[in-house]
Amino acid sequence: MHKYASPKFFYTLAGQLTPWLAALTAVLLLAGLYFGLFVAPPDYQQGESYRIMFIHVPAAWMSMFVYMLMAGAGAVALVWNIKLAEMFAACCAPIGASFTFLALVTGSLWGKPMWGAWWAWDARLTSELILFFLYIGYMALQASIDDPRRAARASAILALVGVVNIPVIHFSVQWWNTLHQPASVTRMGAPTIAPIMLVPLLLMALAFTVYFFTVVLMRMRNEILERERHTGWVAEILESEP
Amino acid sequence: MNWSHFFAMGGYAVYVWSSYGLAVLILILNLYLPLARRKTVQRRLREFLRLKEQTR
Repeated sequence: MHKYASPKFFYTLAGQLTPWLAALTAVLLLAGLYFGLFVAPPDYQQGESYRIMFIHVPAAWMSMFVYMLMAGAGAVALVWNIKLAEMFAACCAPIGASFTFLALVTGSLWGKPMWGAWWAWDARLTSELILFFLYIGYMALQASIDDPRRAARASAILALVGVVNIPVIHFSVQWWNTLHQPASVTRMGAPTIAPIMLVPLLLMALAFTVYFFTVVLMRMRNEILERERHTGWVAEILESEP
Repeated sequence: MNWSHFFAMGGYAVYVWSSYGLAVLILILNLYLPLARRKTVQRRLREFLRLKEQTR
């Protein structure tokens, strides 16, 4: 276990994994787009506009999933002082923020034709916007502290406090009477969505997940090089790599 | 397959294609940023190591 947590080992492993993860992302994305745009029929109520769902829902899921990973890694870093966990948490933030932004904007683009409004101060939308601000705050705090260890500790605490927002986002459509529609996949019992529409949705969600791991590993490799610059192995790698 | 019918998206073309377009943009950006940063980090670290070598 200790071996896997060593930055040098992780750097090499991540470098070997990324091309495979990138290829898998491409395959899943193409399959998801094919089924989502060409195979799935129009919705009987929303017509073709519902195809925004294949971007919007995976992006929203990722916004929460990445946040949980970021806060979890932050907690691990706080308790066990593992440098790799600190770096992982820091690398999650900009990617998670971009997924949150995508979920908010695609939600707006879907809301305009369906609800007649770009935005509403509805519980689901507001809590997702708060999630976006949490990411921004996390990155700002990280950037404002020079010492990387102290920056990691402070931002991990912020991330952990912000975790309360995640169940609020998830259950907002049940707790309050929202304009946003209730969950049709992540609910108790069977999903209330036709399989022909569920397949592209799950393919896109899987594509986004694998994509996230691809790009987070790429970011972590840069972070490791910078933070381990005083070590001999980084000097060796810089000489051997073009 | 009728392409103009496909791109019209039943009248929702603006909303659907803006969503997919933004998604593509964000996916490309998150791929480009670490690649660009990798180049910068490598250049800066080579410089750093060169200076360290000189001062030794």
